[in-house]
Amino acid sequence: MKVLVPVKRVIDYNVKVRVKADGTGVDLANVKMSMNPFDEIAVEQAIRLKEAGTADEVVAVSIGVKQSQETLRTALAMGADRAILIVAADDVHTDIEPLAVAKLLKAVIDEEQPGLVLAGKQAIDNDMNATGQMLSALLGWSQATFASEVAIDGDHATVTREVDGGLQTIKVKMPAIVTVDLRLNEPRYASLPNIMKAKKKPLDEKTPADYGVNVAARLEIVKTSEPEARKAGEMVTSVDDLVSKLKEAGAV
Amino acid sequence: MAVLLIGEVTNGELNLDATGKALTAAKQLGEVTVLCAGASATAAGEAASKLDGVSKVLVAEDPTLGHRLAEPTAALVAGIAGDYSHILAPSTTDAKNVMPRIAALLDVMILSDVTAVIDADTFERPIYAGNAIQTIKSTDATKVMTIRTSTFELTGEGGSAPVESIGAAADPGLSEWVEDKVAESDRPELTSAGVVVSGGRGVGSEEDFAMIEKLADKLGAAVGASRAAVDSGYAPNDWQVGQTGKVVAPNLYVAVGISGAIQHLAGMKDSKIIVAINKDEEAPIFQVADYGLVADLFTAVPELIDKI
Ligand SMILES: Cc1cc2nc3c(=O)[nH]c(=O)nc-3n(C[C@H](O)[C@H](O)[C@H](O)COP(=O)(O)OP(=O)(O)OC[C@H]3O[C@@H](n4cnc5c(N)ncnc54)[C@H](O)[C@@H]3O)c2cc1C
Ligand SMILES: Nc1ncnc2c1ncn2[C@@H]1O[C@H](COP(=O)(O)O)[C@@H](O)[C@H]1O
Repeated sequence: MKVLVPVKRVIDYNVKVRVKADGTGVDLANVKMSMNPFDEIAVEQAIRLKEAGTADEVVAVSIGVKQSQETLRTALAMGADRAILIVAADDVHTDIEPLAVAKLLKAVIDEEQPGLVLAGKQAIDNDMNATGQMLSALLGWSQATFASEVAIDGDHATVTREVDGGLQTIKVKMPAIVTVDLRLNEPRYASLPNIMKAKKKPLDEKTPADYGVNVAARLEIVKTSEPEARKAGEMVTSVDDLVSKLKEAGAV
Repeated sequence: MAVLLIGEVTNGELNLDATGKALTAAKQLGEVTVLCAGASATAAGEAASKLDGVSKVLVAEDPTLGHRLAEPTAALVAGIAGDYSHILAPSTTDAKNVMPRIAALLDVMILSDVTAVIDADTFERPIYAGNAIQTIKSTDATKVMTIRTSTFELTGEGGSAPVESIGAAADPGLSEWVEDKVAESDRPELTSAGVVVSGGRGVGSEEDFAMIEKLADKLGAAVGASRAAVDSGYAPNDWQVGQTGKVVAPNLYVAVGISGAIQHLAGMKDSKIIVAINKDEEAPIFQVADYGLVADLFTAVPELIDKI
């Protein structure tokens, strides 16, 4: 079975986000970028499936600016076999919407015919939590989102999902789209020899036009602003002090 | 404009808090029809018909709609979508599972976690873990969106809308439910609680997390946790508050042994009063706290339980 893993290049989760003064967006020039943390978990899961003999090939796909190459190299260094980059933007500030990403991924899947897609549950930049579900709809495949456990058994997968009430387990027909949650696994770090090896692994470069997909945005960004700041609080000196302040504020 | 609100139905029951808050957003857009779908949904439909300002309720009751599996639920909604300009649901995990699927079936973008309605096409939503707020204008014919309930007031009862039954769509038969593991608790529900007490990695163990629960019970609060506390097994996954967990905005939020990473703040910084207890005076949580106490939680929390 071939496993396809879409990976997105996003601002590193440790970086403090700055809204541009002119309100046109978030400043991404010269900030540290990394693979979306959920996608690292997806790549890790795919590699484990390969190590267990369930998968025979892991293909990573990224859509975005040319620099997303680096993200794909990270996936290759972790253990993916091959990568596809679809260059869909010139400016690092252009975010390709989940619907367009899903259409491009569908086109790749039509060619590659994977048996499983492992995506992240959410990109930590746009916080959409949508691409996997959209892709699944476009393909007419089953979907299992927010996975914290995945077991593949022939033509079915049993997936435990993190939901509001606790955990839900469902059984889905393969091929399936699974989106991964934080507790699925702990992604490995790429070793130096594997980083070197990854440089020689195949990385194909495409454009949306190669797939006949229009990536124009459906949502026009009117402006981007800072959230309202909280007003400064105070330090209390003791539990007694805290209790009396809370009583004063009518909080308890 | 005709607005379709997907009621949050769990095991036949309507979640009045989530649905009532999303209804407040829906009412700003037009005349609201509420859809209640499930293996059993009649009682939920009746509850929805009593909500203030609902003009019609649709009940789709069918075994294939049980457990809110994404494929049959999305097929049902996509089938009736043509009658509506906006399709909304509260931002629950069920809705996050199904709404983007509906949007893709309609070839429109999803608007996730909407926090404000500006006009029929223009909305606000947080991005980058709430570090920026985007105002976006949709160019799509149908707006499919999830509503962040913590920012909308609750619409209560006061209506008596007519209820109509509709059939389910053909079941694509792609997935089946196996089991739910739901922890029963007498505590208030995390996303609607007036008080939340959350513990982090600083609590140190599952056993000691009982102290956080004890404080919560003393305050009649729901219990929350940081990702680190959940990852370490101190607390179940559904207690996680944050960018990728639950978003809460109670009157009082007490953070114990939590450093205050942006991913955690994303889920609680709109709380009315924030209390932080942490032994590290440099902990970023103090920057958002109304009352900060630098102390060892193992002495401060028992004392607080005693004195409050
Ligand atoms: C993709 C992604 C998504 C994430 N989503 C979320 C999310 O939704 N929610 C979330 O919470 N996090 C999330 N995180 C994790 C987040 O970045 C932090 O790692 C996490 O919030 C830290 O949890 P913590 O504050 O409990 O632990 P730590 O950062 O380790 O802090 C523990 C704190 O306890 C204090 N402490 C220790 N001992 C004591 C004591 N005896 N008395 C008093 N204080 C003590 C310490 O001073 C410290 O400040 C996410 C991360 C990523 C990468
Ligand atoms: N531009 C992209 N390139 C590759 N994968 C993506 C891209 N955007 C989204 N994805 C995938 O879809 C997941 C969810 O993203 P989102 O729906 O944007 O929150 C991510 O974790 C990735 O697996």
